[in-house]
Amino acid sequence: MQIPYTLQFINLLAALLLLIAFAMLAQRRILSLINLFAWQGALLAVSTFIVAYSTNQHHLYYSAGLTLLLKVLLLPWLLHRLINRLNVRWDVETLINIPTTMLVGIALVIFSFNLAAPISQLAEGITRGLIGIALASVLLSLLMMLTRRKAVSQVVAFLALENGLFFAATSATQGMPLVVELGIALDVLVATFIFGVFFFQIRETFDSLDITHMEKLKDD
Amino acid sequence: MDDIVILPLDVIGWSVQFWIVLGAAGLLLQRVPRLINDVIFPLSALVSLSLAAAGLWALAVAPGVMVLPLGLPDLPFHLRLDPLSGIFLILLGGASFGVSLYSAGYFKSMAGGTLGLLCLQYHLFLVGMTLVLLADDAYMFMVAWEAMALASYFLVTTDHSIPDIRKAGYLYLLIAHVGAIAILLSFGVMQGGNGIAAYTFDAMRSAHLDPFWSSAAFLLALFGFGAKAGVLPMHVWLPEAHPAAPSPVSALMSGVMLKTAIYGILRVTFDLLDTQLWWWGVLALGLGLLTAVFGVMFAAVQGDMKRLLAYSSIENIGLLLVGIGLTIIFHVYGKDALAALALTATLYHSLNHAMFKSLLFIGTGSILHATGERNMGRLGGLIRRMPWAAALMLVGVLAISGLPPLNGFVSEWLLLQAFLLSPGLPNSYINMLVPVAAAVIALAAALAAYVMVKFYGVIFLGQPREHALEHAHDADIWERIGMGWLALACVVLGLAPVFVVGQLDHVSQMLLGAQLGNAAGNWVFLAPVDTERASYSPLYFLLAVLGVMLLASVLVRHLYHGRVRRSDPWDCGFPAQTARMQDTAEGFGQPIRRIFEPFFKIEREVPSPFDTHPRYHGQSDDRLWYILYLPVKHLTEKLSSLAGMLQHGRIHLYLTYTFVTLVVLLVFV
Repeated sequence: MQIPYTLQFINLLAALLLLIAFAMLAQRRILSLINLFAWQGALLAVSTFIVAYSTNQHHLYYSAGLTLLLKVLLLPWLLHRLINRLNVRWDVETLINIPTTMLVGIALVIFSFNLAAPISQLAEGITRGLIGIALASVLLSLLMMLTRRKAVSQVVAFLALENGLFFAATSATQGMPLVVELGIALDVLVATFIFGVFFFQIRETFDSLDITHMEKLKDD
Repeated sequence: MDDIVILPLDVIGWSVQFWIVLGAAGLLLQRVPRLINDVIFPLSALVSLSLAAAGLWALAVAPGVMVLPLGLPDLPFHLRLDPLSGIFLILLGGASFGVSLYSAGYFKSMAGGTLGLLCLQYHLFLVGMTLVLLADDAYMFMVAWEAMALASYFLVTTDHSIPDIRKAGYLYLLIAHVGAIAILLSFGVMQGGNGIAAYTFDAMRSAHLDPFWSSAAFLLALFGFGAKAGVLPMHVWLPEAHPAAPSPVSALMSGVMLKTAIYGILRVTFDLLDTQLWWWGVLALGLGLLTAVFGVMFAAVQGDMKRLLAYSSIENIGLLLVGIGLTIIFHVYGKDALAALALTATLYHSLNHAMFKSLLFIGTGSILHATGERNMGRLGGLIRRMPWAAALMLVGVLAISGLPPLNGFVSEWLLLQAFLLSPGLPNSYINMLVPVAAAVIALAAALAAYVMVKFYGVIFLGQPREHALEHAHDADIWERIGMGWLALACVVLGLAPVFVVGQLDHVSQMLLGAQLGNAAGNWVFLAPVDTERASYSPLYFLLAVLGVMLLASVLVRHLYHGRVRRSDPWDCGFPAQTARMQDTAEGFGQPIRRIFEPFFKIEREVPSPFDTHPRYHGQSDDRLWYILYLPVKHLTEKLSSLAGMLQHGRIHLYLTYTFVTLVVLLVFV
């Protein structure tokens, strides 16, 4: 059976998404991290657009546009502004060294593909088999959150996690109702603002964005 | 003409809304405390009165039902007003009328901000209690129950700057919540897994549970409501929280809130569950007897007047539980006339206790304001300084001691009649238990009188033990009106038992399908079951008492020789006598402490005879606290510290927990 071009293309995009997830895991510089995040958002927008085209669901066009606007333009711009204001363009310090992180990441991908295999059997439509990738990128983002020391990179990881979820929603299950997507998009935006406020607060309190300082807040 | 029909439930609905408005107004008016005292509390008292009237009205008409458009989507609040709710609404309205009037005077010295908050919480407390009585589904009931618990917690901790009061409040909140969980579970059992639609009491009534699950529901309800009522062994919060709260709040908590727990037990046992088992009755009876004797025993050794009253409340709750147990036993064995007698005694005593305990608690409030002293060892001779408070409290003291012709006598007499009239029940164990239980009740009643002699004697009679007491001032006009109302209620409930029993019959009819009625058939004599056995007429009794007193005074006047010689009493050869040499609260309770010594954990510090500055210290503690509560506390602390090891304060570690949990769940699910 000939696989439709659209599905092939989405598969390609999924592979790229995973690649970017790994790239983010390996990236040491915050500036590049944000750029990678923007690229991930762009991939997401394109894949949503293709799903919309191939399944002929109009509301997914809006969703793709929203992704482009929010995740490729607005959020990276906000984060850029933030790191300029905070003056934290230097290297990201990791808790575990990067090769080890990558190895753990590979193990996670294998794990999530195994896990997704029975679920993919149930899925229908053009996008089965993508659930594994989506799950893998969610887990990789979570891993990134675990291993980073600075608050800014944790927020980027959080946003990337949301990207993975969004990919699972649009590509694997052909999209959520528009209302839900709007809600999530708004949540992400609000969360970014709140994190921004927190950054300033953390820096004011500890003179640093290193969240290991927050151990002092523990109640003995 | 009849296009607008007003039902009792409507009146109550308006009253509740008006209370909420009054509470909010109190918060807004905190800059003008005078307005709160002189306008809001009296208005609130009027609302109480309308509530009591609506309750009385509801006894005679068919149950009213209402569905409120509030609550969660698809889970509206259901209200129902039936005779059982009606009786307790009368209790709530009647007691809170007096207490609210009293509050108008009592809180005069309080600062505006605190007063505003207190006014809000006071009204929310009243609203919570009202809604508990009206709730007709588990959801509404729990919401109202928790509102009541939280409002009363904040009222208890009004003086939250004092660490002991915060501690007392915490203990109260803790036990209240443990009880609430048990109540919730009990409702869950009664819902019987029939889905969310079965949360209404109507569905629970029609559901049929097998004996095992019925028993589970009953035990959970008994535990949960018992925790609120102060039944052994969940009584520990009561003697801590009552002295901590401002006096009107103690009055409401002891007089009314404890009764909502009694209401809950009655509601679950007789209304929501369709079968009862005989051993439930025995359990309730046994617990009630233990609670009653325990409460009165500890009341006898207390030196703090509000703690004494709190323990006395425990005793009265025990008596009520005995009545409930007896009702269950009679009902199970088909002796419904006797069951109605026991139930009537229980309800009657609930009403009575609400009136006289509220009266005594607010009375202690006046004493506290006048003297700043709760320790009875530093009071004394107040009858001359505070004649009004002394006279009104005397009524309460006589009533709680169970002396005719006041109300306490009627209900205790009815309860004892229920014991004495119990013919051979088919279960021989219970037949053996009943006389013993009656004897224990008699013991508790006698000790209660002893406690009240101590309470009144040490505070009001004799000489002032401190110089500061010379400046004690009497209760002000609002306080007098409030206390006067409750004293009047004690007298009326005592003098009109036939009327009261007639009203209570509506409840017996509803719960048991039988009425007590009045065998004497006229309004002067009350004769439960049979005129041949026993009958009582408070009016004749009162007339006889008055007659004897009149005769005595006339005789004295005529036979008295008129020669007076004043001299010092014999001083045992020890001329330097001070007011501190009178019998103290400690001394008065000492025989009881000796007799029941094994039950107390006594700590005493007795000075040596050669000590020039002798200090005496004595304290009788509750053994149950050490046996039951401390091990639980230690276990909880241990478990908490184990759980605390998880907490490092490192975000990465927390994220790792999340991550590991997620992966593990993904693997296994």
